[in-house]
Amino acid sequence: MSDRIQDRGPLIPRNRAAHPPAYDIDYKTSVPRSPRWSLLSLESGPSEETGPTFGHEILGEWDNNLIMNWTRGKAPAVGERILVHGRVLDENARPVPHTLVEIWQANAGGRYRHKKDTYFAPLDPNFGGCGRTITDENGYYEFLTIRPGAYPWPNRGNDWRPMHIHFSIFGHAFGQRLISQMYFEGDPLIYRCPIAATIKDRGQLDTLVAPLDMAKARPMDFLAYKFDIVLRGRRQTMFENKLEGM
Amino acid sequence: MVQKLDTLIETPSQTAGPYVHIGCMPTYAGNAGAYDLEIGESPIADGAQGEVIEITGEVIDGTGWALRDAMMESWQPDAAGKFPGQAGADPKVSGYCRFAADSETGKFTLRTVKPGAVQARSGAMQAPHISVWVVARGINIGLQTRIYFEDEDNSTDPLLNRIEQQNRVQTLIAKKTAEGKYTFNIVLQGDNETVFLDI
Ligand SMILES: [Fe+3]
Repeated sequence: MSDRIQDRGPLIPRNRAAHPPAYDIDYKTSVPRSPRWSLLSLESGPSEETGPTFGHEILGEWDNNLIMNWTRGKAPAVGERILVHGRVLDENARPVPHTLVEIWQANAGGRYRHKKDTYFAPLDPNFGGCGRTITDENGYYEFLTIRPGAYPWPNRGNDWRPMHIHFSIFGHAFGQRLISQMYFEGDPLIYRCPIAATIKDRGQLDTLVAPLDMAKARPMDFLAYKFDIVLRGRRQTMFENKLEGM
Repeated sequence: MVQKLDTLIETPSQTAGPYVHIGCMPTYAGNAGAYDLEIGESPIADGAQGEVIEITGEVIDGTGWALRDAMMESWQPDAAGKFPGQAGADPKVSGYCRFAADSETGKFTLRTVKPGAVQARSGAMQAPHISVWVVARGINIGLQTRIYFEDEDNSTDPLLNRIEQQNRVQTLIAKKTAEGKYTFNIVLQGDNETVFLDI
């Protein structure tokens, strides 16, 4: 368990309006998979305020380089080379250091390397589609990858996923666990996508759209996109007189 | 106008989608070797103290169908109620596991040690439980719940006692089927819908 001040105190209750509702008739799979009864709300305790931690010993040399990691550096993946970078912060605007960030995505043609993906776009023999890294002491992370392709999916008659990268973030507490998706600035499919549209607040949806970041792009090599992530924070006051777990 | 708060809003959740395993459980996705070491393969190592148990079940949708693509994560303390990192915690217990519904049958299995009781911030003792987080295609934000055990004293647990409809408490309690074996289904919707948590 961490001794950082920011890792003490109860988690700030989740602002559910910041998130999509469980049930959304336009995202058809959510219809039978959404609870009907209300969630049971309680103040967090040790089960939610602690969580797994991962050190650099789990990481392989190529884990945050999706262009090269599937072949362990032997041959690069096909596609437009991009750097995806940003910071993991909490609701109190503090960096979340030393936390595991995992991503997965389709290849440049919009095909996933998954035994269940049957889309006829070809697999790239040099692209696996997953990567992971651990944020530094300032909460900063970066991945080198290729721009994923848009792909069609069975929902309404002609639904397409915009270009996106799936993100999984741990934070320092099991109650901070979050999975989301990053979209790309300028993609016209974002505002036609029923999954993006499960987020009802346009400002919140826009926080998933990463801007092109020419200051981070490397000439003659890769473009860059910046994607910051905000996890739940913990309540801290000078009057918090109960110790953790007491 | 008023002053601006210097707080941020949490990044909105999006569904983990059908291919969550690519990123989280590459071997399950058919991509063994994507990482040298996958995380969460087991919450315990050989020699963990306490009773080793196996919890099996299904994640069931509102039509009664077991999901084939659900992924779960569990988090728990060791047999003495200490979480990893706490002083005196069992070094053989990582407390964290990733597991998935079988892509053919929909069945999942969690093999772990039975957790000990943990004190809540209020001072009350919580009955032994495992925290579970469920994601899948069609689940827009990960669902939190807990696994309690029918052969433990759950009568004074603060969370279970907060459930007004006491007939729903049984949705959080694993049923013992044999020595060290339990079943626990997660029902997303409909009759016997699991109590999901906002903690
Ligand atoms: Fe996707």
